Amino acid sequence: MSTESKFGEYGGQYVPEALMPAIEELTDAYERYVRNNEDGFMDEFKERLDDFGGRPTPLQRADQLSERYGIEVYLKREDLLHGGAHKLNNALGQVLLAKYMGKERIIAETGAGQHGTATAMAAAHLDMPCEIYMGETDIARQRPNVFRIRINGAEVNPVTAGRGTLKEAISETMRDWSQTVEDTHYVIGSVVGPAPFPAMVRDFQSVIAAEAREQIQEKYGDLPDSVLACAGGGSNTMGAFHEFVDDDAVSLYAVEAGGSSLAVDEETGVAPNSATLSTGDEGVLHGARTKLLQDSHGQIMESHSISAGLDYAGVGPELAYLVDEGRVEAVNIDDDAALTAFHRLSQDEGIIPALETAHAFGYLEEYHDSLGDCVIVNVSGRGDKDLETVIEETENRDLPIAPDMDLFRAIGGGSL
Amino acid sequence: MSLEDAFGDEPAFVPYLAVGDPTYEQSLEYVEALAEGGADVIELGLPFSEPIAEGPTIQEAIVRALDGGMTPERFFEFVEELDVDVPLVCMTYYNLLYQYGEGVGAPTDAPRPFVERAAEVGIEGFVVPDLPPEEADPLREVCDEFGLDLVFIVAPTTKGDRLAKMQELVSGYVYVQARLGTTGAREDVSDQTDQSLARVADWDVPKAVGFGIKTGEHAERIVRAGADGVIVGSALVDIVAEGHEQGEDTAVVAERLREKAIELKQGALAGAAAQSPSS
Repeated sequence: MSTESKFGEYGGQYVPEALMPAIEELTDAYERYVRNNEDGFMDEFKERLDDFGGRPTPLQRADQLSERYGIEVYLKREDLLHGGAHKLNNALGQVLLAKYMGKERIIAETGAGQHGTATAMAAAHLDMPCEIYMGETDIARQRPNVFRIRINGAEVNPVTAGRGTLKEAISETMRDWSQTVEDTHYVIGSVVGPAPFPAMVRDFQSVIAAEAREQIQEKYGDLPDSVLACAGGGSNTMGAFHEFVDDDAVSLYAVEAGGSSLAVDEETGVAPNSATLSTGDEGVLHGARTKLLQDSHGQIMESHSISAGLDYAGVGPELAYLVDEGRVEAVNIDDDAALTAFHRLSQDEGIIPALETAHAFGYLEEYHDSLGDCVIVNVSGRGDKDLETVIEETENRDLPIAPDMDLFRAIGGGSL
Repeated sequence: MSLEDAFGDEPAFVPYLAVGDPTYEQSLEYVEALAEGGADVIELGLPFSEPIAEGPTIQEAIVRALDGGMTPERFFEFVEELDVDVPLVCMTYYNLLYQYGEGVGAPTDAPRPFVERAAEVGIEGFVVPDLPPEEADPLREVCDEFGLDLVFIVAPTTKGDRLAKMQELVSGYVYVQARLGTTGAREDVSDQTDQSLARVADWDVPKAVGFGIKTGEHAERIVRAGADGVIVGSALVDIVAEGHEQGEDTAVVAERLREKAIELKQGALAGAAAQSPSS
């Protein structure tokens, strides 16, 4: 068993018995190939991540934002990774690991479609058949990614249960895996699920912080005062934080989706937010003990965020632990502030961020006075996939920063 | 009667239904019909919103039950009100055991309050599909305190040390999963069953086989293969679902469940007759 199966009381392996042998096999493979570089696994992973993925990604000084806020703002440009998001770091690592393990088929869940896209790309790159489970609601609001997944040759299996978002997609992928464990690897998309997934996904993503930590010292001459990353399940968050956790002087902010309200509706089982770290309670979901959005009986709530990728009722157990320990501060930004930040970064810096990423910039916009002299923001992904949503949501609001929406109305509203 | 005693001399028929599917009142009549039809133990499903071990049939039953307002407390009231003379097992997911108790969030002594309340209403044991032996010590401990059983599921993939750990923790009966996958009725009965039964042959608890059994003939074959009992869920939930969709009278659906129970129990008995040394 991995030494990192638990983070304090969080983590563990709460899965159906049929999956346990696969989890044990994966734990063994993780220890050997990822932790100990057996057969040169990590060397091959890094080489492919450079050549296929385009690493290292730049750390860029944001000149306009630095001037606007009066602090040094640096952007870790994971949006420039192949596929347009940090997700490839993990997907490529796991698909390659599946190959080393002799698996013949890849399955994955996806929320925003970024992980599904990254997994489909990695599977095509490494010549593995691939099926992606995606909730119907997410399929409707993330169409460009559905096309990208299909174009890369992977199947998309719509999930109709519940509200049809990430939570249901994970449950359905686990069901597939419980029937196919012998030849199939489940590429989980975040630092969630049973051990060893949270530690393993973090390890694959920690290249973000490893690069950023070196780059900031080259460019700024010192460590940053703060690192900001958005948090849904928490994979870009843990990736951006991991190498800074021991740097006590560096404050770490996990920015969750505040949605439209932090209140919950117990009657309908809906939380109009995805602020699990800020408002959730300890419980067990999808294989791990962690913080959850749940009702008083322990039924899991339907979360909400304007960004599909943050729309999840759970969060990675290690991140929950770091928040409890006081090492990471959990904060949240509502839909309106995230949209404002989306337009800000697009207009000021010429970077269209994913709506997930925009939450981190929303926090920067509102709280830049309390973040110290130098801040790194992890630009976890680019926002092309969100343009339809952004046009629609911007039209529904009165945001001072928004571009003139008349033009969009003239060419047919929210449908590009 | 204890779970182990319920298996007795003849093969046991162990049906499952989701409590509250489609309503509390209908569910009461359905469970009682199964007892009348010859159930020896009944597995009562307490619906959880993320049933990762269930196939589509039971997932839909759980959605109907949750939509009908089923909660852990209503479940306990249901068990108290239920008028049957067979041991009852609560089948649910760990988060519901973990959260039950006073105040906001999980109680510090979780899952003790849940087990205490279950014992009070007459539950004899638990099946918790997302609780492998690795995480089961806290629940095993409180089950011991209240004299309740903890049933484990042995999958076709369960081997080695994990089997040993499970053998050490199990009580009541062992749930032998007939094939890989989620729950659901199937046309064939897997030959993985024989291998799975062989792996638990020397355990001193009764062996009940589940997953995919839907006819008396299946039940007969499973018992002939050496099982002490048959667990049937989806084939019964299908009857409830169909009755609900067709808008049939509760009594009509209950009668159909009773007949199905008789068929499955008779199948199991026929399997035992074929297995006896005199045949």
